[in-house]
Amino acid sequence: MYSELETLKLAVVDDELGIRLGVSSILADMTMDIPDVGCRIRLQVSSWADGESFVGSLDSNVPQIVLLDSKLPGIGGMEILEGTLSKRPDVVTIMITAYATLESAVRATKLGAYDFLAKPFTPEELRVTVRKAIHHHVLAAQARRLMEEKRTVRFQFISVLAHELKSPINAVDGYLDLIRNRMLGDELASYDGMIERSSLRIAGMRKLINDLLDLTRIESGQRIRNPEPLVLEDLARAALEGQENAAREQGIRIDLTAEPGLSIHADRMEMEMIFNNLVSNAVKYNRPGGTVQVTLSRREDQVEVQVTDTGWGMSAEETARLFSDFVRIKNEHTRDIPGSGLGLSLVKKLSSLYGGSVEVESEPGVGSCFRVRLPFQLSSAGIGGAVLKETDHG
Amino acid sequence: MSDTTVLLVDDDTDFLVQGRLQLEQLGCRVIQAGSRREAVAILETTRPDAAVIDLMMEDPDAGFTLAYQIKSRYPEVPVIMTTAVTQATGLSFEKVHGQEWIRADVILSKPVRAAQLKAELERLLGHVL
Repeated sequence: MYSELETLKLAVVDDELGIRLGVSSILADMTMDIPDVGCRIRLQVSSWADGESFVGSLDSNVPQIVLLDSKLPGIGGMEILEGTLSKRPDVVTIMITAYATLESAVRATKLGAYDFLAKPFTPEELRVTVRKAIHHHVLAAQARRLMEEKRTVRFQFISVLAHELKSPINAVDGYLDLIRNRMLGDELASYDGMIERSSLRIAGMRKLINDLLDLTRIESGQRIRNPEPLVLEDLARAALEGQENAAREQGIRIDLTAEPGLSIHADRMEMEMIFNNLVSNAVKYNRPGGTVQVTLSRREDQVEVQVTDTGWGMSAEETARLFSDFVRIKNEHTRDIPGSGLGLSLVKKLSSLYGGSVEVESEPGVGSCFRVRLPFQLSSAGIGGAVLKETDHG
Repeated sequence: MSDTTVLLVDDDTDFLVQGRLQLEQLGCRVIQAGSRREAVAILETTRPDAAVIDLMMEDPDAGFTLAYQIKSRYPEVPVIMTTAVTQATGLSFEKVHGQEWIRADVILSKPVRAAQLKAELERLLGHVL
């Protein structure tokens, strides 16, 4: 478990030789296991007799932990804490004070010291304090790393979002420019196609913004959820009706097979999002004259919503990234199909929010089958509060 | 009508429509592709006089890969890369340029105007369209 042995640098700054030698020998062969992170720490101790030489050493060698005497002959410990070390929030400082007065402790803490140690201290007091500091350092470093990762993910999300938002604006802008320059002559009717495309791009952008707002609300937990008993077949029928026109235009038949009496305790809007996204995808990415089969069934303590289409299908590589934000499978069949790239990402987030799951099976040239599984009927005690909240952060 | 053939690559149909109109207005013959993969297939049999390609297609950097593929096969064919994302993402092309394999001749921000496209093509081809 503790496969990683990490060496942390600890500096002791004190004008008393006894303290420097004592600290060095007590801490020299100390190791510490940090179970939360799964690493083992050992210390490399350096010692400094005055503040000036310690501050000078920081240019080339920064320790993670400093044991700093508050009263030094030249520049004092408090001054170092207030000056040089205040610019290094990653260094954990333990102040060594001659008298453990409340004022000096308060002052040191205000200046950013993590802890303090009153002279004279026993080896055990030293070890306990240093152990606390090591623990603090490791957890803080891990928190910084996670924050950095989060920032990177967020940056990638914003980059793609910027692209997805700018594309429709640029497309409409491009058409306006062509129309302005009478690229197709003076007859207004010649531009009908461009105007129609512009409207479609604007509609697509509106959909993207709405999906994005839904996604943000769900992720932040800001959406007020009103769980109620919902009949699954009703939800499916409503989604089917919503897609009737689009299906008719393409000559696509939609069939619904539902086991009777299936219901779920959930927020209506969120369930509608799941059904609408699955059914509209099955219609959008189908072939002209194809079929969509919606099947509702019970699987032990879960309900399964299965939506099968006879579309162009996807490769394994494509299905693997399908549920991520902004992923749209682009090829000659799907190029002109509008979509925000957030629909399935929403379906996945909502399903897991309810303790369910979503999976896809697809065969290129044959079609795709999406399966969402949700808990059959939660007891009313598990609704709304604890259960949903817990999975929310999971 | 000039005998200049331009390969136009974009995964967005609207940019293909607009780019084709703009290029045809300049008298160019346009071969279009909707993805990097399609473009590579076309390059197997056709040597265009210039290429106008989008950056973000199947992958966020599909355009860079395609530019590399065009240049390794036809080093003298000028490549104009178009993108909507430069400023918004702070994507630094200088830095990416540092890696030797990216060889677009010029990067234009979308929307690309007809006059801009004409000027860049004439400059890179070394003749008036």
